Amino acid sequence: MSPNRLWLIAGLALLIALVIVAAAQPATEWEGVDAAVVQRYAADLGREAWTPFVNVQGDLLLFVFAVAGAIGGFVAGYCWRDLFGPTSIVKDVQKANDA
Amino acid sequence: MHIAEGILPLTWAAANTAVALPFVLKGARDIKARAEAEPGVKPLMGLMGAAVFVVSALPIPVPISGTCSHPTGIGMAAILLKPLPAATITGVVLLFQALLMAHGGLTTWGANVFNMGVIGAFAGYGAFAALRRLGLPLWAGAAAAGALADLATYGGAALTLALALHGEQSVWTVWLAIFAAFMPTQVPLAFLEAAVTAGMVNFVVSRRPDIAARMGLAMWPRKEEVPGVA
Repeated sequence: MSPNRLWLIAGLALLIALVIVAAAQPATEWEGVDAAVVQRYAADLGREAWTPFVNVQGDLLLFVFAVAGAIGGFVAGYCWRDLFGPTSIVKDVQKANDA
Repeated sequence: MHIAEGILPLTWAAANTAVALPFVLKGARDIKARAEAEPGVKPLMGLMGAAVFVVSALPIPVPISGTCSHPTGIGMAAILLKPLPAATITGVVLLFQALLMAHGGLTTWGANVFNMGVIGAFAGYGAFAALRRLGLPLWAGAAAAGALADLATYGGAALTLALALHGEQSVWTVWLAIFAAFMPTQVPLAFLEAAVTAGMVNFVVSRRPDIAARMGLAMWPRKEEVPGVA
């Protein structure tokens, strides 16, 4: 197996293991460190976070994250095809020749 | 690492923005110049921008601590694009996250960009360059860069908070307390980031050695690792 695949598999395996172990744990809120650490210490030191200027909450926040992830994924996939697709090097040579 | 809106006093927020902005602007000029000189690297820039955007908004559960956090992707971007373009990408990504996703904040944009796009990017790139100069393999340098960039980003966030909010306590005590609180969540993610960064850098070098060479990945002693570069 090539080192590239080995590294990608190792990363994916670690990610999947984290999710499986997390799901097996007793119920917890899975608070983000931005709230659990940053905002907690800031509050202890006398600063509270403001309400965000664009305050998306609840399912709207889920929607925004899903749309952002999808757009990011599509852009990444498009660039990936340009970089590593079957005709990527040929296209680069053509661009260089045109220039 | 996303310091929320209003956490920093406005003078600190403005100072952080003033410090971060020159890195973002210089990086933007570098990106423009590079894209004009070598159109073939544009997709790599797009890929890194999209990857940093998605990864830095991806909460991953860490069972050890019972909390979630996100990787940064900044080590990978700094190796493949250089630190200043990575700082610009961070600036754009964090602006979108603050405006649309209530993630971070507009008043804390400068602090967040400085921590991730400057401290994280330069720490990761520095680790990569140093380890490559010592003759370590590509994967080892990239893995170390991925992990260190992640941890340095959070170390920077802890320092920002400590400097701005320490009050009567010493900065060092507050920094240590905040940084230590990040660690149970962030160390496992640093290992994850190390694996992903090593895999991605190895992949780019083996599949597109032409681009890897153009982006300077062959500038260190083990040139034989970049196919076609003697």
